[in-house]
Amino acid sequence: MTILSLEHIKKYYATQKAVDDISFSIEQGSIFGLLGPNGAGKTTLLRMITGIFYPDEGTITFDGKRFDPLNDISKIGYMPEERGLYKKMKIGEQALYLAQLKGLSRHDAMQKIKYWFEKLEMQSWWNKKIEDLSKGMSQKLQFVTTVLHEPKLIILDEPFSGLDPLNANLIKDEIFNLAQRGSTIIFSTHRMEQVEEICNHIVLVNLGKKILDGTVKGVKQDFKDNEFSIQLAEAPLSIASDAFDVVHSDDNHKLTVKIKNGYRSNDVLLYFLQQGITIESFSEILPSLNEIFIRQVEGTHAVTRSFQKIA
Amino acid sequence: MNKTSLIIQREYISRVRNKTFIITTILMPLLFVLLIAGSTYLSIKGKENLNIAVIDNSGYFKDNLENSSNIAFSFPAGVDTNNYISKGYSAILIMPQSTGNNGNNYLLRSKKSIGIGSKETIENKIDAAIETKMLQDAGIQKSQLDSIHSQSQDATLSTVEEGDNNSTRESNQWLAYGIGYGSGFLIYLTMLIYGMMVLRGVMEEKTNRIAEVIVSSVKPFQLMMGKIIGIGAVGLTQFLIWIVFIFLIMFGVHLFVSPETMQQVQAMQQSGTMPGAASSINASQSAQTIYNIQHMADTVNWGLIVGCFIFYFLGGYLFYASLFAAIGSVVEDVQNSQSLTLPITMPIIFSFIVMANAVQNPDSGLAVWCSFIPFSSPMVMMARIAYGVPGTVPYWQLIVSMLMLVAGFLFTTWLAGKIYRTGILLYGKKPTWAQMMKWAFRRA
Repeated sequence: MTILSLEHIKKYYATQKAVDDISFSIEQGSIFGLLGPNGAGKTTLLRMITGIFYPDEGTITFDGKRFDPLNDISKIGYMPEERGLYKKMKIGEQALYLAQLKGLSRHDAMQKIKYWFEKLEMQSWWNKKIEDLSKGMSQKLQFVTTVLHEPKLIILDEPFSGLDPLNANLIKDEIFNLAQRGSTIIFSTHRMEQVEEICNHIVLVNLGKKILDGTVKGVKQDFKDNEFSIQLAEAPLSIASDAFDVVHSDDNHKLTVKIKNGYRSNDVLLYFLQQGITIESFSEILPSLNEIFIRQVEGTHAVTRSFQKIA
Repeated sequence: MNKTSLIIQREYISRVRNKTFIITTILMPLLFVLLIAGSTYLSIKGKENLNIAVIDNSGYFKDNLENSSNIAFSFPAGVDTNNYISKGYSAILIMPQSTGNNGNNYLLRSKKSIGIGSKETIENKIDAAIETKMLQDAGIQKSQLDSIHSQSQDATLSTVEEGDNNSTRESNQWLAYGIGYGSGFLIYLTMLIYGMMVLRGVMEEKTNRIAEVIVSSVKPFQLMMGKIIGIGAVGLTQFLIWIVFIFLIMFGVHLFVSPETMQQVQAMQQSGTMPGAASSINASQSAQTIYNIQHMADTVNWGLIVGCFIFYFLGGYLFYASLFAAIGSVVEDVQNSQSLTLPITMPIIFSFIVMANAVQNPDSGLAVWCSFIPFSSPMVMMARIAYGVPGTVPYWQLIVSMLMLVAGFLFTTWLAGKIYRTGILLYGKKPTWAQMMKWAFRRA
């Protein structure tokens, strides 16, 4: 079931097309990665999904109906990249206030806060002020206030920045839990290794346009170079074959080969088996998302764009 | 619960609970009293004390030149312009040989320059001395003349206004002046103080980066209005506390006054004595003072004044606070905000100047026009209302002024909302007023 779909969304600022005709849809319960370099239009896109901005053109469908920011806002939890809290306010009151702004009654909000504070071991924080917290601690609080009202759609913009590995894992587990319970998560980051680990589905935007859309696996398949890594027990007699080229070899008889068009991986194995060499391992080399990202974005002046003036 | 009211609550409670609120609420009136007392004290104390040696070769002035509280004249021998300082005189006054012809040259030499006030006093004293001497020459005793003067000062003008239904009401210009000036000044102060509070509050939300979190839950307009109304409520609370203070003080005064005095006051009220007139009832001095104050206070329509004050305070506050909010949304620190706040603080200061004028001439063209224009009407109209409605300010003027103020703050709020919506999420370069106007008037 599709929870959110964007069709031909456009948002123009005075001097630039921040979002230029982007369409995609997100399945319920999936963890969706929205990727792109700085200034690609991700934040603008997220702000339209959260109802802060209105698109100039195109339609957003949320939960089967046309997106209605006034009512649907309570079903969305948004943790923006530029985030913060009231420094002088007590933590418990702050959480309560933000939950009530999402439409929760005082009573419900209290219960949910207690549940989450216990879960993330924050009970003793209630009467502290934000200015007393470390950056990582306030980040945790920020996450709690984002998911407190059990939103159907959770949008996290760089959720792990500033977190130590321990707390990052804690939050990561919670993200998986939430997805399992049916929440959909949009995850925006530059950290590709996290995307590979967490996301099912990714979209890459650059210069306001969508340039990639698919599952993590599918995208990797699309961008693979047909390269394989093969570990041999002894030196081969010959490595010249019609089926493949050797890209790289080292002293430990480990080869990286690129299979030529019209041949299969089995042809590589067969070639070495015929020589009577023991094959210790054989695996396909898939490009990392990081490599794909850099390959797609490099040379598009993505960085200079972010310095253009917004009037 | 309504989201805007949640925001109002937070803004209100977080400020009222704050120590600075409690301290300023108590200290402000004290500071006010101290300021007035201090400046009065200084203006009395600040007069220069002069010890003047008079060279009067004709002997015309001796015995007739009177000392004043801070100027002492003496006629020593052997003092001249070269040695008067070493002999302990602060100035030397050289009289001409003959007097009584206009344009005589009196010379005052001193090391330090003499203030205008002292110069005038000395001139008056010299004139008085000449007068006394001339009277003596004409055979009239000064004491005789003084008693004639005091007896002839008989007229005290009781001013009475013609109201509707032939009812007349006494008016008191001095009280009206005080009320008009006081309430105008209070509105001026609070508009600046609470306006800046709104600006800082909005800026804090922006620099704390909480603005985006909040606007993903509520509309930016709700956030802005919540803040403005919340802070306005803080201001009203402060006024209410001060009014309670005043009542407590008045009540306290009553407690200190003896019951007989209060009875005398009541007796005078029943007989309807005109204040200042010789009373048939034998009343003590303090009873008469209290009665006079009460009688004076009764000439003022307090309900109207307080009602209008609250209306104009709120209207003026809403008018300017939304503009302050718009500026708060586009800047990231106070220094940067100054060039943008200038176009807003200028009309406030200008209105204050007009108000100070209107309180003296409530019917002048400038005062009437400025009491219509929403930029200045909160202060200027308050200055005029003190002189009486519908006497000085006809009802139609009051109604037009109020309606225009309401329309004015609706407009500024709408305008500010547009600027705020864009500004609050924009970081980096500070926009100019021209850019902000572009945001305000573009569609969608």
